[in-house]
Parts: sequence; C-alpha cells; structure tokens
Amino acid sequence: MKHETIETNAGWLIFLTLIVISIGGLVEIVPLYFIDDTVETVKVDGKDAVRPYTPLELRGRDIYQREGCYTCHSQMIRPFRDEALRYGHYSLAAESQFDHPFQWGSKRTGPDLARVGKKYSNQWHVQHMKAPRSVVPESIMPNYPWLLTNKLNYKDIENRLRALKMVGVPYSITEAEYEANVDRYGKATAELLDINKATRNLEAQAQSGNYDGNRDDITEMDAMIAYLQVLGTMVDFKKFEDGYFTKFR
Amino acid sequence: MANEAVTTEQYNYDIVRSFTIMTIVWGVLGMLVGVYIASELAWPFMNFDIAAITFGRLRPVHTTLVVFGFGGSALFATSYYVVQRTCQVRLWGTGLAKFTFWGWQLSVGLAAISYMMGYTQAREYAEMVWPIDLLIAVTWVSYLVVFVMTLVNRSQPHIYVANWFFISFILATALLHIFNNMAVPVSMFSLESYSLHAGVQDAMTQWWYGHNAVGFFLTAAFLGMMYYFIPKHVGRPIYSYRLSIIHFWALIFLYMWVGAHHLHWTALPDWTSTLAATFSIMLLLPSWGGMINGIMTLSGAWDRLRSDPVVRFMIVSLSFYGMSTFEGPLMSLKSVNALSHYTDWTVGHVHSGALGWVAMITFGSLYHLIPRLWGTKMYSEKMIFAHFWLATIGIVLYISALWVAGIGQGLMLRAFDEYGNLAYTFIESVSFLHTPYVVRTIGGLFFLTGMIIMAYNVFMTIRKGRVEGAALDAKLAAKLANA
Repeated sequence: MKHETIETNAGWLIFLTLIVISIGGLVEIVPLYFIDDTVETVKVDGKDAVRPYTPLELRGRDIYQREGCYTCHSQMIRPFRDEALRYGHYSLAAESQFDHPFQWGSKRTGPDLARVGKKYSNQWHVQHMKAPRSVVPESIMPNYPWLLTNKLNYKDIENRLRALKMVGVPYSITEAEYEANVDRYGKATAELLDINKATRNLEAQAQSGNYDGNRDDITEMDAMIAYLQVLGTMVDFKKFEDGYFTKFR
Repeated sequence: MANEAVTTEQYNYDIVRSFTIMTIVWGVLGMLVGVYIASELAWPFMNFDIAAITFGRLRPVHTTLVVFGFGGSALFATSYYVVQRTCQVRLWGTGLAKFTFWGWQLSVGLAAISYMMGYTQAREYAEMVWPIDLLIAVTWVSYLVVFVMTLVNRSQPHIYVANWFFISFILATALLHIFNNMAVPVSMFSLESYSLHAGVQDAMTQWWYGHNAVGFFLTAAFLGMMYYFIPKHVGRPIYSYRLSIIHFWALIFLYMWVGAHHLHWTALPDWTSTLAATFSIMLLLPSWGGMINGIMTLSGAWDRLRSDPVVRFMIVSLSFYGMSTFEGPLMSLKSVNALSHYTDWTVGHVHSGALGWVAMITFGSLYHLIPRLWGTKMYSEKMIFAHFWLATIGIVLYISALWVAGIGQGLMLRAFDEYGNLAYTFIESVSFLHTPYVVRTIGGLFFLTGMIIMAYNVFMTIRKGRVEGAALDAKLAAKLANA
C-alpha cells in the first residue's frame, strides 16, 4: 500500500493510527495481570501477611489523597543502599496490592512514607501534622490543623468498602466470604474486613488506638494517623529467608 | 459586521476565537497558580493554614489549568483553524463545536474548584472526579466527531500532515482517558470513587496515561501546530515530506511504550521498565526528526529572526523541543534515573518541555493567528519582543535552578560518610533546596509576567480589531447610502 492511500483516506488514517497506538499498552499492561510473579506471595504460617485496610485506616487514606500528600511524598522504596538505610526494606508489589489507586508518587519533596508506620509515636504525628516546623524546624510542609478539629465523616463507610469489594478487595458481606477471609488472614483480621461490622470496627479502633489523644470524638486526625501507622508494617521481613523476595524480581 | 459575516459563512472562526481567548485566560491563571505554589515551597508560611490553598491541593489546580486549560484550549483553537484551512472547508457541526467549547471550559473550571474543595482521584494529571471524567469523555468524543467529519468533508484530496498529528492526539487521548479513569464510585451521589486497578497494575496504567499525556497531548498535537504555523508564517514548504511521514508513525508507535520509565527500580517488574527505557532511547530519533524538519523549514528565513518576534518564538520552541527530547531519553536510563527520580530534576525537565516547547510554540502560533482572526495587526510588536525575552529568561532561570536542586539533592541523598553511614539526613537536603526554589519562583514570575503582557496585548488587539471593523462598516454603509 502506498502512503498516498492513507493520506487521502480518513478511514485508513484513523484505523492504522488506532492499531499503531494500541500495541505498546497491550504489550506492557495486559501481562501484568497474568504473570504470577508480578505480585509476590507473602505468607507467614500459611496466612497472607498483607491485608486490606481497616475502615479507619481506609478513611485515613482517603484524607491522605484529599490533601494531595502524594504530590510530595512517595510510597515506594527502591532497592538501593541509601534507601535501605534511610527507609528500610525495598517495597514489594504485594504491599500495594489493595491500593486503589496506588500512591507510589513521583516526587519526594518530603521523605518516602512507605514504611513510616510505627517509626514515630502518635503524639509526634499529631504535633507534626498540626505544626510541622515545631518538630522539624527546616520542614516546608504545610500545617494541617483542621485534621484535629474536623470530625471524621464515616456515614458512608459501608458504601466505600462495598465499592472496593467490587474492584476486587476481599472485604466480606456473606458468611462464605467471611469464612474465606478467616482461611486467608486468620479470625482476628477477618473480623476487621467484615462490611457488616464496618462502623463498629471503625469506632472501636479509634477508641482503642486513641490516635489524636482525645477519646471523646473521632477526628480526621484519628483516621490519618491510623493510616500512617500501618504503612509498611504488615510484612515482617525477619520471617523470610534472605533472598526470598529477589526471586520475584 | 459585514466583513465578519462573509468569513463566518466560509469558515467557522467564532469557535477558534473563543478557544483562543480562553487559552490566554487559563494561561494567566494556571501560571499564576504555578508561581504561587512555587513560592509555597520556598516560603511555607504562604500556605496560610487554609486547606484550599495548600500545596497538595493547588498543585493539581496548576497542572490542570496549564495542561488542559491553556494547552488544551490552544489545541482546540489551532486544530479547528488548521483543519478548516488545510481541508478548505467549513468546520462540520457548528453546534457540536460550540458544545466542545463549553464542555471543555466547564471541565477545567469544575476540576480546579473541586480540587480546592478536596475532591480528587489522586492520580497525577487525571485528578478529576468521575462526573467530570464523564463530561470530558462526552466532550472529547464530540471533538473527534467534529474533527473527523470536517476531514471527511474536505475539498482537498490530501489530508495535510498537521491533521495526522491532531487526529492521533485526539484518538490517543480518548483511549488513555477512558482506560486510566475506570473506577467504581462510592455511591451514585458521591464524588469519590476507587480505581479499578490497584498497586502495580494501576501504577503501570497511570504512567502509560501520564507519559502519553506528555507524548500526545503535549507533543504530537503541538507538532501538528508546528507543521501548519511554521511553514505558513515563514512562507516556505516543509523541508521533507518523507521525513514527516516516517517520524509521524515512529513517534506515535514508540511513545505508547515509554511510560514505565517513570517506574524504574519500583515494584514494577524489571522487564516492563527495561522495555520502556529501550523504547525511550529509540524515541529520540522521531523526536529529533520532527525538530530537524521544523528547523530546516525555518532555515532560509534566518534574517527574520532580527525583525520578526514570531520566528523567534518558533525557533526557541524547536530548540527546547530538541533539548528536552534529548534529556528525556537520558533520564530514562536506569542509572541516571536512580539519581534523578523523585527529585526536582524531573520537574525541571517537564518545564523545559512545557514552557520551552509547548508554551513557546503556542505563543508563536497565536501571535500569527490572532491578527488574522480579528482582521487587524497586533496592538504592539514591542510587547511581543518583551514577552519573548521575559519567557526565555524565565525558562532558563527555572530549569537551571531545578537542575541544581535535582542533581544536588540526588547526590546528597546517596552520599555516605567515611564510616559508611548516610552523610545527610533528608531534611538537610530540603534546606539545601531553598535557594534553588527561590530562583525557580523568580523564573516562574518572569514567565508569568510575559504571559500577562501577552494577555494585555491581545486584549488591546481585539479592541482595535473591533474599532477598525466598525469603522470599515460605517464607511461601507456611508458609501452604499451615497450610491
């Protein structure tokens, strides 16, 4: 076929353009759903180590997105010596398998947060969110005082879990789904993933965690810190042999 | 006005005028927000504890206003103009074209307001919540219909090369937008949603989208602009038609593979990012093919660099295009990326493309187009020269500052002391960034000032055009009355 044919026929031009622009995406995206090693198997004592977020953590994650934290913080540690020293073990694909959407980020104006969980106390986080420069004088992060005064809205928490269930996150509604979660994660975790108990679970975690230092009400700060404190803590790397994760790469 | 009525019949310039004006409005607003968030990084008190104007919420406002507001409106304006001129036919579907105008402006405006209110999908360059995504999809399909039907109605046998680039951009953007934004809303009445993909697959999809927003929205389409306005303005044919064929197909094929170079060393499998890096290197060839074709078309009109500011905008835009499409493949190498990723080097790179290439070719094209749309000359040529210098100096300050910031921070973060410990804490690298951030803000301020001068110049030109048009009409009416 001469190029002249394409230049003089809009149908050909559109058809061939569509084919040419489709190939790259098909080759690079589709296999990621079918190659098993893409997401690592991370099991401890036969149970999956990485679980979906609890209702409170999920609301914290929603607020993390709302405030655009991803514009300055990554959640993806690369396999380099300096990052291992600074942040810890490199991030696994398994660790973000329930992240809809992923929050790997593209810019570190602030440090990576993939393993920030349990590194600082709740009180430190409250103070840091309220006024970052009061704990890190050179920080350029904005203050987020409203997280402490805004009551957390969790009226639609069941809808949120249901929406996530539709895109493949294993929250349970039926008895059978609950039992499957017991097999997969153990009883304690399966309880947390039960949509029917979402509101009660959220309130209970805020009460017992007491993230913002005030048990009287549940604030956005409670949710945000619950989320930050779980980041990167689900996989205990001491329980895996050296080199176990490299075979997936 | 009588003279306008004639052109209205032949070509639909009204729609081109509307989009041209909005290009300038969004340009001023988007760049203003850009300068503001740049100063928030230099002086964090400027967040003022007001949620709506914190960096995290304003950053997508900036990117959306400049990419989709300024860039998008410029592309609508020029593609609607170019397709009519090169097909020698009036734009198909006056009503539908008008719908694309309002649909697009509404999407951009609503997106900006919703981010400030905290409604976002938290996907870079695709932050719009699902109802806005639907509005964009409908608008975009209408754009496709208007454009294709105009092509089909053309009175010329050949489809001019600029239109190939425009059609590939419209098709690719539709594909990217739809697949990247698939999500399940929390409920019918909630603006929030959760994305269909998660984790590694989601990252791949997002950067397939993200890099091709650059590749098609900010490159292929602006090459379409270049292929019309450069030959037209200097009155010379395209240097090599054969080269334009080869680099067109190579460019649109290769671009779709390279997104994963944003995910080097992440949890994305190595095979994917290595493949993307390989294609990124290959992409240098068609990119430079386009740059060479543009520069060689300008060659022979060098004398006009002295007298014609539009030619200056064009040559500088092509130079930055060549520079940033060289820098891009360089940064896609895994060893370079290990240092550059997550730093301001990437931000600088994007701006050398977005300010140097996209904005400069837009300014050149608009300064060519606006006098023709309003039937007059530009109000002030001196102001165009001033705009040119402010923009050029602004870009140089901006990207140099961010080279220092990015490479400097990258080196600091991987430095070790004599005992093998980290030489710097993270916050030490943040302190180091202060000076480059101040210089970057000043560079942005230069660029914004140029943009504001352009807005004033265009406003006065339109006013002048209207006065002249009215005077002409009055003269004509007087003559007719006498006769």
